[in-house]
Amino acid sequence: MQRKFTLGLASGMAAALLMVSSSVSAQNSATDDIAKYREMIADGNPSELYEAAGEELWKKPAGPKNATLEKCDLGLGPGVVKGAAAQLPRYFKDTNKVQDLESRLMTCMQKLQGRDPQEMIDAPFQKGPKKDMEAIVAYVVTLSKGDKIKVSTAHPKEKEMYELGKRAFFFQGGPMDFSCASCHGEDGKRIRLQDLPNITTQKGAALGWGYWPAYRVSSGQFWTMQQRLNDCYRQQRFPFPIYASDLTIAVSMYMAKNANGGTVETPGLKR
Amino acid sequence: MSDPMRVRAAENGGIVDVKILMKHDMESGQRKDAAGKTIPAWHITTINVKANGKDVLNGQFGPAVSKDPFLNFKYKGAKGDKIVVSWVDSKGDKRTDEATAS
Amino acid sequence: MNQQRRSLLKYSAVFGLMASAGLISVAQAQEWNKAAFEGKSLDDVFKILGAGSPDKSSAVTLNAPDIAENGAVVPVGIVTTLKAEQMAILVEKNPSALAAQFYIPAGTEPFVTTRIKMGQTSNVYALVKADGKWSMAVKEVKVTLGGCGG
Repeated sequence: MQRKFTLGLASGMAAALLMVSSSVSAQNSATDDIAKYREMIADGNPSELYEAAGEELWKKPAGPKNATLEKCDLGLGPGVVKGAAAQLPRYFKDTNKVQDLESRLMTCMQKLQGRDPQEMIDAPFQKGPKKDMEAIVAYVVTLSKGDKIKVSTAHPKEKEMYELGKRAFFFQGGPMDFSCASCHGEDGKRIRLQDLPNITTQKGAALGWGYWPAYRVSSGQFWTMQQRLNDCYRQQRFPFPIYASDLTIAVSMYMAKNANGGTVETPGLKR
Repeated sequence: MSDPMRVRAAENGGIVDVKILMKHDMESGQRKDAAGKTIPAWHITTINVKANGKDVLNGQFGPAVSKDPFLNFKYKGAKGDKIVVSWVDSKGDKRTDEATAS
Repeated sequence: MNQQRRSLLKYSAVFGLMASAGLISVAQAQEWNKAAFEGKSLDDVFKILGAGSPDKSSAVTLNAPDIAENGAVVPVGIVTTLKAEQMAILVEKNPSALAAQFYIPAGTEPFVTTRIKMGQTSNVYALVKADGKWSMAVKEVKVTLGGCGG
C-alpha cells in the first residue's frame, strides 16, 4: 500500500516534470517562431519612409529664419550626421549641457531656424512639430546604423548625468511601486512573449538602446527614444516626464553608456 | 499631398529585385474612434509598376493590406531600368515615384 | 446606364491612347475589383475570381510565418513554378477574405511578397492562376495579437 502510493506519487511527479519540460519546449519553439517572424519583416522596415521624409526636412529651409538644419552640430562638427547618433548623449559646450539627439535637434532648430523649443515640448507625439522631429530623428539615426555605440562620461557633466540616470533607473515609486529596474534589472524577465532586456548589463543595454528609435508594428508609428521613455513611465504609472527634460536625458545616458561597444541597429522594427 | 514612397531596385543575373514601401494608413474599416463610430475604410486600391514604360506588375489591394504597405517582386531586366511606381487609393488620391535599377 | 456604357466604350479607345502615351498610368486605368474585395467568405471570392474550387498544388508555395507576433503585419509571399498570370492572397477568417491580388505580365517572375493584416489565427490561401486554371497552397498562421481593431 505504502509502496504503491510512493510509486503513484513518483509517476505523478514524473508526469508533472514531463509537463513542465514540454511547456518549456513549447515556449522555446514559440520564441523561435517569433524570431523567424521578426526576420521575415526585417527587410523593408517602414522607418525608411520616415527617414526619407526626414532627409527632406533636414535640407528644407524652415522656421522664422527660413534656414535648413544642414549646419546643425550633433557633436561631430557642423553638418556631420554620419555616426553622430552613435555617440549621443554627450556634453555640448555651446549650451553647457548634456544633450540627447532630440534635445540637441531642438537647439539646432532654435539657433538655426529661430523656432521656439516650447512648441516642440508641448506638442503631442506623432502630431504637429513632433511629427517633423520624428522624421528627422529617423534620418539621423539611420546614418549611424552599424556603428559601435560610443558614449563618453569623461566630462564631469556627462558623469553627473550618468549617475542621475542610474538613480532614476532604480527609483521606485508610483501607485504600483515600480521602477525601470522592476522589469529591466535582471535577466530572464518577460511580459507575455516579449523578452525584456536587462539594461544593467552591457548585452541587455545594447539590446534596448541599440534598437530604439524604432517603427512599432502594433501602432504603425515611428517612435523616438523620447516617446519610448515616455511610454515606459506611463507603464510604471509615473507622471509623464517633460519632453527632452534632464530626467529623460539622464536615463538615456545610463542606457547608452551601459550599451557601449554594442552595435547601433536603429531604426529598429518592434512588435 | 501624399508622402513619397521608397523604391529600391537591384539587378542581379538579369533579374531586377524591386522593393517598394508606400506611406499609407490603409485604414481597415474595422476600427472604431473614441466615440464608438466606425472609421471608414481608406486604402490603396491599385498599384502599377512599369520598367522603361512597360508594365511589370499590377496589384490590387483591399483594406487587409498592412499600414505602410510593402511589396517585393522580381522581373527580367537590366541595370539602369527606369522604374515608375504609381498607386491610387479609395478616395482617389494618387502618388507616383521613380527609381533606377542598380 | 446603357447610354453611359456605350459612351464609355467609345472613350475607351481614347483612354487607351492616353495610357500608351503615358498621359495616364495604367494604375488609374485599371479598375479595382470591388466585388472580389467585398466578398465575405473564401467561396464568395473564389466564385467572383472564377476560381471554382481550386486544387491544392505542390507547385504553389506560400511563405508565411507559423506565428505572427502582431496581426497588423503578417508577411506573406507566393512563389510558384507555374507560369502565373495572376496571384491572390486570401485570409479565411478576415471580415473580407481577399487581401490582395496581382497581375503578372510576361517577363515578371512568378513571385510576390507583401504584408497583410489578420484579425485572428486563420488559414491563409495563396492562389495562382496559370494557363487559365487556379491552384492554391494553404497554411495556418497563428496570431498572438489581432491586427484589425484598435
